[in-house]
Amino acid sequence: MNTLTYWFHKLGSPPTFHRIATRVEPWCLALALALGAIGLYGGFVLAPRDYQQGDAYRIIFVHVPCAWMGLFAYAFMAVNAFIALVWRIKLNEVLAMASAPVGAAFTFVTLVTGSLWGKPMWGTWWTWDARLTSELFLLFLYFGVIGLHNAIEDRRQAARAASFLALVGVVNLPIVHFSVNWWNTLHQGSTVRLFGPSKIDASMLWPLLLMALATHIWFFASVLARARAGLIELDAGKDWVRKLAQDDAS
Amino acid sequence: MTPTRKRRLIIVSLVLAAVAVAATLIALTLGENTNYLYSPSEVHAGHVPADATFRLGGVVLENSVKRASDSLRVDFIVTDRFKEMPVQYTGILPDLFREGQSIVATGKMQGDHFAATQILAKHDETYMPPEVHDAIDKAKHAQAPLAGAAPEREQ
Repeated sequence: MNTLTYWFHKLGSPPTFHRIATRVEPWCLALALALGAIGLYGGFVLAPRDYQQGDAYRIIFVHVPCAWMGLFAYAFMAVNAFIALVWRIKLNEVLAMASAPVGAAFTFVTLVTGSLWGKPMWGTWWTWDARLTSELFLLFLYFGVIGLHNAIEDRRQAARAASFLALVGVVNLPIVHFSVNWWNTLHQGSTVRLFGPSKIDASMLWPLLLMALATHIWFFASVLARARAGLIELDAGKDWVRKLAQDDAS
Repeated sequence: MTPTRKRRLIIVSLVLAAVAVAATLIALTLGENTNYLYSPSEVHAGHVPADATFRLGGVVLENSVKRASDSLRVDFIVTDRFKEMPVQYTGILPDLFREGQSIVATGKMQGDHFAATQILAKHDETYMPPEVHDAIDKAKHAQAPLAGAAPEREQ
């Protein structure tokens, strides 16, 4: 067995993952908070006003990174769900289920901030256009995964059933992303583009990208914390958990 | 890979492919029906059934907004730069409403004009500081002084 597969197998074992996650998590959390603080200061204080919207556009520094994270968390969940379904690896079941509430929270923040911005700018809190509807559907998919996971008694069966739902729901991701191109929507198109020039001034772009980085790291810190708790719950009674509890007590 | 895992891999992949195909078909079928709005050209071409409530989208034509002095009534023309449609509305307009701005009006046809019950402003994806916008505007005017683009109101 070569070194790479060796590490892959080792990281997949709950005690090793738990040990590494415990060490990495506080760093992720600190880095996310620091970057987030700089990003928010840059967005709310340093970035100039917009020529059309004045200060109201500043909600973009929360809304857009959260929207990206809603999609990213779902993709992360779906990849882990796929591995969990095919290879039945305990760690991937736990990771998939750990990312659902975090992604749901990001999606919820996206919908709320968008609504708050929509009232003064568009003139309405909510409208049933393709982007808004598919984003709401994304939130309901997250709720479905969380609900299904909690509805089944056996934890591993529950995780696999919810993984299946998570995997099927992945078709919604391109719909959310491309809805503004495929249909006439009230929601504007993408401002930041991976290919081609972005439609936002550089002085406003850097806090946005910093916020995106901060939310990604926050997501991983949050998922690591939830996965640690999930693994301990699943392996309660196993030697490594018993040892952990003894070390903690002494 | 063990036979069991291979079987699971195939089943899961097939389910995923089936769902993707189903979603594509639904999206294609919805096609036109999920269009949020119609343009003045589509209305003139008769794509909208008579007496139906629908959304009209386009740009507020420059120098077409007329506000009543004694009420909240506003008259203006919505254009897609090919065809025009006069719109009548009574109520409060969103912040971004102005000449040259994209808007979405909900309502129905009343004779030859569109009676709106709600006006929403459609925002574009461009963000820049006012100074940059001024510089671009100046450059545009220097390039095409006869293009007749009306100066946009600054906030």
